[in-house]
Amino acid sequence: MTASRRPRIGDGSLAKALILGLVLLTSALIIVGPLVVIFVEALKLGLETYARNLTAPDTAHAVWLTIATALLAVPINTAFGIAAAYAIAKFEFRGKNLLIALVELPFSISPIVAGVAYLFVYGAQGWFGPILQANGIKIMFAYPAIVLASLFVTAPFVAREILPLMQAQGSQEEEAALSLGASGWRTLWSVTLPNIRWALLYGVLLTNARVMGEFGAVSVVSGSIRGVTNTLPLQIELLYQDYNAAGAFAAATVLAGIALLTIIGKLVVERMDPGAARGGAG
Amino acid sequence: MSRTVLPGFRLALGLTLAYLGLIVLLPLAALIWQAAGLGWERFAAVVTSPRALASFHITITAALGATAFNALFGLGLAWVLVRYEFPGKRLLDALVDVPFALPTAVAGVALTALFAANGWYGRLLEPLGITVAYAPLGIMAAMAFTSIPFVVRSVQPVLEDLSAEAEEAAETLGAGAWRTFRNVVFPAIFPAFLAGCSLAFARSLGEFGAVIFIAGNQPFRTEIAALLVFIRLEEYDYQAAAAIASVMLAAAFVMLLVVNAIQLWHLRYAREGR
Repeated sequence: MTASRRPRIGDGSLAKALILGLVLLTSALIIVGPLVVIFVEALKLGLETYARNLTAPDTAHAVWLTIATALLAVPINTAFGIAAAYAIAKFEFRGKNLLIALVELPFSISPIVAGVAYLFVYGAQGWFGPILQANGIKIMFAYPAIVLASLFVTAPFVAREILPLMQAQGSQEEEAALSLGASGWRTLWSVTLPNIRWALLYGVLLTNARVMGEFGAVSVVSGSIRGVTNTLPLQIELLYQDYNAAGAFAAATVLAGIALLTIIGKLVVERMDPGAARGGAG
Repeated sequence: MSRTVLPGFRLALGLTLAYLGLIVLLPLAALIWQAAGLGWERFAAVVTSPRALASFHITITAALGATAFNALFGLGLAWVLVRYEFPGKRLLDALVDVPFALPTAVAGVALTALFAANGWYGRLLEPLGITVAYAPLGIMAAMAFTSIPFVVRSVQPVLEDLSAEAEEAAETLGAGAWRTFRNVVFPAIFPAFLAGCSLAFARSLGEFGAVIFIAGNQPFRTEIAALLVFIRLEEYDYQAAAAIASVMLAAAFVMLLVVNAIQLWHLRYAREGR
C-alpha cells in the first residue's frame, strides 16, 4: 500500500530491519511456539500412542460432548449476532450505544464469574433451583448448563465481526429490494446476508472455536464428571492432573487443529473479500 | 423511531434484548443478588481477608505486566502489519488471532510445556535464574498470550487511516524520525492504543484457563482471584465465591466504563482533527 509513496518514518533500512526482526522473533516465540509444542508433545511417543490416546473412551466421549455443545450454541449465537447487528446497523434508536456495550459485555467478564453467575440462577442454591428440582429438570452440572455458559461467553463474536461491515454498507440495497416488492425475510436472505457472508463466516468459525474451547465457565457449571459432563478442554485438565501429559496433549491437538482451521478460514475469507474479517478483538 | 423504511426493527431489537436479558443480564443479576445477601460486614470480611487481598494483588500485578508487554508488542505488530511489506505478512496478520481461536486450556498446557525447567524456553531461562513456570512470571506469560490481539486490532485500523502529510510536514520542519513518531504519529493513535490496552487489561484480570496450568496456584504467591472463586465453590462456600466474583464483576464494569470514555474522547479527538 505504501510502496509507491515517499519513504515515511521507520522506513529506513536499519529501523525497519530492527523493528521487523524484533516483532517477527517475538511472534515466533510467543504465538507459533505454543502451537508447535502441542503437536510435538502429543506425537513424542509415536503415532500409535497418539491414536490410542485420542480414542480412549473418556476422551472420545469428551469430543462428542464438545461437538454436541457447538451444534446447539453456534447456530443460536449466530442468529443472535445477526439480529443484534441488524438492529444496531440499520436503524436509529435511543440507547444504541448502551446496547452495543451490552452486546460486548461478555468480552470483559471473567468466564469464572459467568459460571458462578449461572450457578446462582439454576443451581440448587439459585433462584430457579428449587422449582427446577421439584419438577425433576436438571440444568446445572449437565448438558443444558454447558450450552448456556458457552452461549454467555461467545455471545459477542458474530455481532462483532459483521457489525462494522453492515454499518459501512448502509441500507440502500435493502430499500431497493423492498421497493421492487421483495418481502422483509426475502430481503434479509438475498441482500443483507450475502453482502456480509464472508465476515459472517469468520464470525461463525471464531464462535465455534471459542465454544469448543471454553474452559472457565464450563468448568464451574459442568461438574466435570468423567465420561459424562467433561468437555474436551476439561478432559485436557483432567488428563494433565493425572500426569498423563501425552494424553492431555493428544486431546489438545484436536482443539489446536480447530484453531488452525479457524485461522486458515480467516486467510480464505480475507482473500475472497479483503477487509471483511477484521475487528474480532478491539 | 426508525430512520429507514426497513422492516423487522421491532423483531430484531426485541430478540436482541430478550436474549441479552436471559443469557447475560439474568445471571449477572443473580450473582449481585447473592453477594448483596451477605450483608456489608460479611462481604467486607470475605473480600478483605488476607488470602483474597493477596489474590487481587497478584492478579492486578500480573495483568499490568501482561498489558505492558502487549502495549509494546501490540504496537510493534500493528506497525509492521500496516507499514511494511514482507513475505508472510498475511499469515502474520492471521496468526494474531491465534490467541482468540486457541482454547485457553490448550494455551495453558502449551505455555507450561515451553517454560517448564526442561522445556524449550525454560531450559534457556533457568540457568539465567529466571523461573517462569509455577511462578508469578508464568501468570504474566499466560495473560500476555491470551490478550495479544487487543492492542493490535485497536491500533491497526487507525494507523492505516493516518495520512502521510502530517508526518512529512514534521520531517520537512526538521523533526527526526523519533520526534515525528512521538509528537505526530503517537498522539493520533493514542486513544485507540489506550482502548486496546484497557481491553487487554480487563481480559487479563479475568483470565482463568491459561493461568491455572502454569501458575502453580500457591495461596499468597501464585493464586489468582478467579481461582480463589473456584476454590470457594469447591468448598461449597457459595457466599464467599459470590463476594469475590462480584468484586471481579465490578472491576470489569469499571474497565468497560474506562474503555467507553476513551472511545468517546477518541471520537471527539478525530472530529477536531479534521
